[in-house]
Amino acid sequence: MSGSPDLPIGANPSFIDLIKDTRADALPAFDRSADVVVRHGTTVLGLKFEGGVVVAGDRRATEGLYIADDRMEKVFAADEFSAVAISGAAGQAVEVVKLFTVELEHYEKVTGERLSLEGKANRLAQMIRENFPLALQGLVVVPLFGGYDERHGDGRLFRYDATGGRWEEEEFDTTGSGGRAAKGTLKKLWRAGLPRDEALRIAVQALVDAAEEDIGTGGPSLAKGIYPTVLVITSGGVEEIPDEELKPIVESVVGETK
Amino acid sequence: MSFQPYVPPEQLMKDRSDYARKGIARGKSVVALEYANGILFLAENPSATLHKISEIYDRIAFAGVGKYSEFEDMRIAGVRHADTRGYTYGREDVKAKALAGGYSQALATIFTQQMKPYEIEILVGEVCEESEGDELYLILFDGSVTDEHGFVGIGGHSEELMAHLQKAYKPGWDLRTAVKQAVAALSAVESREIAPNQVEAAVLDRTRKQRRKFRRLDNAEIKRMLTGK
Repeated sequence: MSGSPDLPIGANPSFIDLIKDTRADALPAFDRSADVVVRHGTTVLGLKFEGGVVVAGDRRATEGLYIADDRMEKVFAADEFSAVAISGAAGQAVEVVKLFTVELEHYEKVTGERLSLEGKANRLAQMIRENFPLALQGLVVVPLFGGYDERHGDGRLFRYDATGGRWEEEEFDTTGSGGRAAKGTLKKLWRAGLPRDEALRIAVQALVDAAEEDIGTGGPSLAKGIYPTVLVITSGGVEEIPDEELKPIVESVVGETK
Repeated sequence: MSFQPYVPPEQLMKDRSDYARKGIARGKSVVALEYANGILFLAENPSATLHKISEIYDRIAFAGVGKYSEFEDMRIAGVRHADTRGYTYGREDVKAKALAGGYSQALATIFTQQMKPYEIEILVGEVCEESEGDELYLILFDGSVTDEHGFVGIGGHSEELMAHLQKAYKPGWDLRTAVKQAVAALSAVESREIAPNQVEAAVLDRTRKQRRKFRRLDNAEIKRMLTGK
């Protein structure tokens, strides 16, 4: 019942260490062969605004030239004050996010305190680093991580690379196959101190632009009722923007593009 | 080689029980009450950080009395059990019943096989969509488990608490009434007024929108409920 040997005092608050010791088979397989069909293609983005951060993503998953799924979720609330957006091999990425979510909650319950945003961002970097052997085989997982820092009283945004490198972004960032197109839009429209509603609109605009440039990115479909996933994180916590609120934004953005 | 003098098993078990009971009697008590929207856990606790009441999982909470290090041990084991279950299977497969069973096994083993028994009593509560489905389990130092309904008191004055609540308890209280009644019960058995800043309270609130139904009541909220302001 005591912690692992390297933590002789106190309970080890890491769920990953626990599951490695007890049910290693339940962990994402870090040694899977790469010659399987893997779902790729994505645009996810994050941008800061006054008092928070927006993390958003499109809904398409592709297998080669096939569209595997047009309603996939790529942006997840990691806990009450942070969210992860994933790009790369979908199966692997979703597993990493699921594990990350449990890791944060487990830490909070065992120690009685939430990890700092900095601590969460670092933990995610370590998890991606563990995934590195798979990244070499092409199963790359590169997330964006955004959250509200309760100690700084502000939204913050982090990006990663496949080796587990971690950088803090002061303005915005994008990743995935359509990331470059989305970045162009953000570069033009982003400014410091954006109000929330404008930040939402810019996020949708960037995703629509990315869908036009990139086959791996799915645009919103008013006919099918497919809208991007948009999460807003402020001092009030994570809020998923409902389709009803996205619909008028999408309509006006698509209308302008015509 | 030394020989242990023969001690009859009845005597051995009785000595251990007495030892554990004495330890528990020295500590403070915890009350759990089912109210309209869930389950309230409330304790007298001068410390704001060393909790007696904690979250285990989405719908499950834990309360312990007696020796802090020992029930803390059990609490962390419970969090580990729950998170492992929920990760390997599904979140709804984490159940208070299984957790209570696990605690019972662990405490029974400790009671018979360790140098000394744990001087603790534990409550495990779970809320469902409907109040009929709510569950409350009481686990004693020797591993015995009981399934409680409506209310339960553990710790130093558990018997007086149960007697008091037997008379006072009514199903369907709102949270404010439940808090007031729980503090009244603890004050009555201690024969002194318990100040709001000495109260630790938390609820499993089924009406909470979030996945995690556990919520601590902060000092200001408790004070508001007790004074009616």
